[in-house]
Amino acid sequence: MTSRNSEALPISIRNVTKTYGAVHALNDVSLEVESGEFLTLLGPSGSGKTTLLMVLAGFTRPDCGSLKFGDREVIRTPPHLRDVGMTFQSYALFPHMTVAGNVGYPLKLRKVSKPDIAARVEGALDTVQLGGFGDRRIDQLSGGQRQRVAVARAIVFEPRILLMDEPLSALDKKLRDQMQIELRHLHEKLGMTTVYVTHDQREALTMSDRIAVVNHGRIMQLATPRDLYERPANRFVADFIGESTFLPVSRQGQTILFDGQPLLHDVPAPDTDNLSLMVRPERVVLSREGPREGANNFAATATDVVYQGDSYLLHAALASGGQIVLRGAMRGANASSLPSVGDALTLCLAPEDTVLIDGSER
Amino acid sequence: MQAIRTNEAGLRRDEWLERLKLFGLGSPAILLILIILVIPVGWLFYVSFIGADGTFSLENYERMLRRKSYARIFQTTFEVSFLTTGLCILIGYPLAYFISGLPNRIANLCLITVLLPFWTSLLVRTYAWLVLLQKRGLVNEWAMSLGLWDEPIKMVHNMTGTLIGMVHIMLPFLILPVYGAMRAIDRDLMKAASNLGASPRHAFWTVFFPLTLPGLFAGSLMVFILCLGFFVTPAVLGGGKVIMVSMKIVSNIELFVNWGAASALGVVLLVSTVAILWIASRFLNLEKMTGGGH
Repeated sequence: MTSRNSEALPISIRNVTKTYGAVHALNDVSLEVESGEFLTLLGPSGSGKTTLLMVLAGFTRPDCGSLKFGDREVIRTPPHLRDVGMTFQSYALFPHMTVAGNVGYPLKLRKVSKPDIAARVEGALDTVQLGGFGDRRIDQLSGGQRQRVAVARAIVFEPRILLMDEPLSALDKKLRDQMQIELRHLHEKLGMTTVYVTHDQREALTMSDRIAVVNHGRIMQLATPRDLYERPANRFVADFIGESTFLPVSRQGQTILFDGQPLLHDVPAPDTDNLSLMVRPERVVLSREGPREGANNFAATATDVVYQGDSYLLHAALASGGQIVLRGAMRGANASSLPSVGDALTLCLAPEDTVLIDGSER
Repeated sequence: MQAIRTNEAGLRRDEWLERLKLFGLGSPAILLILIILVIPVGWLFYVSFIGADGTFSLENYERMLRRKSYARIFQTTFEVSFLTTGLCILIGYPLAYFISGLPNRIANLCLITVLLPFWTSLLVRTYAWLVLLQKRGLVNEWAMSLGLWDEPIKMVHNMTGTLIGMVHIMLPFLILPVYGAMRAIDRDLMKAASNLGASPRHAFWTVFFPLTLPGLFAGSLMVFILCLGFFVTPAVLGGGKVIMVSMKIVSNIELFVNWGAASALGVVLLVSTVAILWIASRFLNLEKMTGGGH
């Protein structure tokens, strides 16, 4: 199992459209997935991310477009001839077969000899840390174990492409965090091109080489997790990834003004008139010694203070109108005394944390 | 140290009362079953062991073994039951498969059509077949006018007619459980099979079909057992040529007023039915087959 004899394949999606009545589930989507890459399709429910995955697997027939695995055009290839691994949200394990029966199913279809099947099934189960579970029935397994069996079944025939449809959504949070790391390691070990669908932004940030944010059947932005978080292309992406508040700003020549005051910012503003200032809660600093030199300062009044154990959340109304949310660590001065509601505060945003984005929704 | 056990006696009493109430709710049904099932069946057993002279004897059972006609009757009964069950599977399974793939609303409509025959009396349906299938009946007339065959084909008062009528009446008993089993299958399973490399046909035989087996089995068993004791349809459409156990029971009582012989037949029918159920449940561990069900 660990010895890879096949190379990963790149995926090329070109101009794929799928409509249901008047609804565009996919609206002229083009996307290049590099070979060996871990790419996540991230979006709210109904955004089209699952439809796109189903097009890749061959279960949804698009209206038009091209889909290539490597050099091979597969848009009209039926699912059973596509030779891609896939895990389902419901795991879709065959309840009338044992664990080994499930994992060996794709090998049997490929006419692998019986002893080889046994060896490879055991290898795949070892890979997902379920060695020795082959004789168990599916209903004897916990959710996390079922998930692992589903992964073992999807990788046992060494597909060069792996598709995963919200594989962790049914697991509790602790197990999910653990499986995220495990799947990531598995991907590093096996190296197959992986397309992963989730609506959980943290999961996407944790696991992906690149993330494609999908909404209304379009790809809003395709970028590395860091770029996506730090430099969102538009307000939808900024809002969907992480928590943020937005403040309206105006442009005067090269200068960006907020409430009549010029803003200091390291990264150039995008070339549009509809600009917003994106404020990430953890980047705002509460200054107890008044306005700071070389930073953007905002006078504000605390409207809500929430203690959250490792950190605190502060909602503040700006003097100029608008809201800012601040997340601060529980240490130093904060540990002994948090601001109270009604306190007049100075909030600071360093120039490198001052990010101006396209304020449009798409 | 003695633990404090406040209200222990009262709480225990409440629980006991609750159980008593539940039993009270069930008691009419229990009484009814006792009166109309347990006692008559016991009496049936008793009568079957009473000979013509009114004393204990095995003559009713001996007669069954001695006379060839009885063997033939049992053979016919099982033959008709097997054939009806087989035909119901052949017709019902594909139909259930077709309906289960339809959108919900249309599927429900189809199910109602399947159940529609239940709303008319068994007798009416059986005589309707008689009218349709007889020598100068609708089917023969149409077929001949369309040139499908030249001479009227004998379709009633024989095995053919019996089977047509029985299959028609039994079909819903097969379709409903099979349809239920099919609807319960997660359609992602078929997608998974397909994704793993199974052609549609292979996916059907390795995943879909095995998962419908419990439903198919339940339906077949129900049809088979109902067939074993069936009377009206074979009596009318068989025209005296298809003699099943139930009909022999009737003739034993009506013609020969031999309650002992009739009871013995009833006992054999009952015992063989129970035996079939027992064997079936022994050989096919349904729980295991479906992975414990849902």
